[in-house]
Amino acid sequence: MSVRNDVAERVPGGDAGLIVAVLLVIYAAYVLAGVGLGYSVRGQLNTIGVLTFYIGVFAMLALALNLQWGYTGLFNIGIVGFMAVGIYVMALVSKPLYESGGAAQVGGLGLPLIVGIVAGMAAAALLGAVIALPALRLRADYLAIVTIAMSEIVRFSFLSGKLQQFQLLGERVGFGGGSGLILDFTNPLEAFFQFFGLWDAYLGFVSAFEVIIPNNPKPVVDGLVYGVVLLGFVAVYFWLLKRTGESPFGRVLKAIREDEDVANSLGKNTNRFKIKAFMLGCALMGLAGILWLMTSGAVTPNFFRPRITFFIWIALIIGGAGSNTGSVLGGAVFAALLYQGPRYLKNLIDTVIPNADAPSGFGPAVSPLISNFDPAPLFFYTIDSVRQLQLVFMGLVLIWLMHNRPEGMLGHRKETAAGIPLTAPRASEPAETDGDDAGGGSGE
Amino acid sequence: MSDPDVTNADSDTARDPAGSVPGAETTHSPSLNLGSSGPGVGEEYPLQVDGLRKTFGGITAVDDASFRVARGSLTGLIGPNGAGKSTTFNLITGMLQPDAGTVTFDGEDITGQKPHAIANKGLVRTFQIARELQEMTVLENLMLAPKGQHGEALWRSVTPGFRDHVVEQEEELLERVWDVIEFFDIDHIADEYAGNLSGGQRKLLELARALLTDPDMLLLDEPFAGVNPSLEKRLLEHIHELREQGYTFLLVEHDMDLIMENCERVIVLHQGQVLTEGSPDEIQADEEVIEAYLGGNV
Repeated sequence: MSVRNDVAERVPGGDAGLIVAVLLVIYAAYVLAGVGLGYSVRGQLNTIGVLTFYIGVFAMLALALNLQWGYTGLFNIGIVGFMAVGIYVMALVSKPLYESGGAAQVGGLGLPLIVGIVAGMAAAALLGAVIALPALRLRADYLAIVTIAMSEIVRFSFLSGKLQQFQLLGERVGFGGGSGLILDFTNPLEAFFQFFGLWDAYLGFVSAFEVIIPNNPKPVVDGLVYGVVLLGFVAVYFWLLKRTGESPFGRVLKAIREDEDVANSLGKNTNRFKIKAFMLGCALMGLAGILWLMTSGAVTPNFFRPRITFFIWIALIIGGAGSNTGSVLGGAVFAALLYQGPRYLKNLIDTVIPNADAPSGFGPAVSPLISNFDPAPLFFYTIDSVRQLQLVFMGLVLIWLMHNRPEGMLGHRKETAAGIPLTAPRASEPAETDGDDAGGGSGE
Repeated sequence: MSDPDVTNADSDTARDPAGSVPGAETTHSPSLNLGSSGPGVGEEYPLQVDGLRKTFGGITAVDDASFRVARGSLTGLIGPNGAGKSTTFNLITGMLQPDAGTVTFDGEDITGQKPHAIANKGLVRTFQIARELQEMTVLENLMLAPKGQHGEALWRSVTPGFRDHVVEQEEELLERVWDVIEFFDIDHIADEYAGNLSGGQRKLLELARALLTDPDMLLLDEPFAGVNPSLEKRLLEHIHELREQGYTFLLVEHDMDLIMENCERVIVLHQGQVLTEGSPDEIQADEEVIEAYLGGNV
């Protein structure tokens, strides 16, 4: 067989089992590291909440990108622009109406959150269509150029004073410009539970946590629960995209990725398929942007720098483009090891060695090492610069991956693009398998 | 068997899905009865090319070429290197836009239409260098081809309830595809990535894939290039068998002997123009053709 037999095939529960197993390993590693270094329970739970949050958003975004790049071969490096449009349009629709004297400089249309979310996704999809229509007719690389330019245009548009505040349907609305936009709609978690009439039950659930977190457990529990909600969204994305991939539609997307001329010469209107796939991916990116930022209280345009786009690309490459399971795993591993890992490590070290003063620059960090072989200042300097070094580390991982495992951590996977398992439909190939007593009766 | 729900959304393929593919060994009576005009019905010359012209910069690749292909025939298109054979193919199938002239298929002017639209009318091509979809398995390659797949609409593939119909149709398609796989004797590599196939197997796969689109007429661009003699013989047998079932073939080929032995009509292109046209015997006796091939004139 041409498929590499991986660990993946020995995990019970198939792909879902594999994802759960990897998540458990990640959480166990975090908890063990925390316990070993004497982290508080509150700190532990907080860390888990934040970790889950990033696993959720990166997995969702990697899945959406996998539809565009892994399946269809569409080179989108403007992901962050679609996220920005998602959350900004959602805020515009769902922020409460403007009231003078309030904290917010501008209001919104005051519609329910769910309307805002749908509007944000629709806006991201529409932007995707506008970009795709001219660019898809050109060669693939042009789409990359157009998308990254678009993401910067989006960021600068939201920075612009012209869009800071304007009238829409007689209401004072706007995008807040460079100073950001306060997201003063109902707390999404509260809205979510109130929708199901479970808000009081939830508050009871929160107070039950006072046993382990004596004072004010709510922020911690909120973080954890929101993380779980995000994992639920990951599951929905996964389900949706798996169905999309394992269908005749997904088959055409794969064919476009392999050779668009062939798909065309077999009678497939490839432009239409490409635009559909691109729009769906963009809508999912918009939703991921909404889910990433809707609980953050405020949003500023400069959050949406291209680096986030490249983080998502790294996550997808780690997992392996073309595989939905790989996308989820890539998102999780990226969030745990490359994105949160170094920061967590720094926090842990800060807890263990609380009063270490990091040198202010590279010179003071290195000179003790040279003059009297004291590595401590350099060590603390390195730890203190972990956020900058993180990018270097990501780069190294990316280079290593491209050299040694370009097909991603799961290796070459056969995720068949069909609604049914593609095996011989007739088991009645008489030549090879006759003679055993089990098949004897059914042969007649 | 044929569930009305499965077939009704399918405007242009209202025919029995099971019967639309040539079965193994046994010669079906022509089974590709397309709604209006199946093989052997309708226009006597399904493909007519009139005054076709294409220039690239200062070079005239195709210069006022006119010819027609008779229904149910195996017609060869030959010519020395640079005669414009591949460009002609690209112009007919919509991959290139002609500067002048018309292409008529089944009585309909298809000049300048999109490749997918032309393919959907039943005029399907293969490529000179076999262009299999490498990272897809042989089965995926073949399952891609059939027309009128409900599941190609995204919403049907993901919406619960509707997906059941998609799955049902996939099962029917797999049956059809498996017939073709057996016909071409490639069942042992059905689960293999197309990129791992040998050159000859790729050519077989390409022909099989083109057939699964339910064409009226096939344009084969050098189907025997890089194919070993025994596989070439098999491919030829398949082509003859299919022709007897009513398919029309236009074949670009370099191998003169092969063309002369197998085609009933031969069109000779030279410097973008149709030099002559006739039966193999007439072509072989034609002074001009010999000169063109030996590089004698101009």
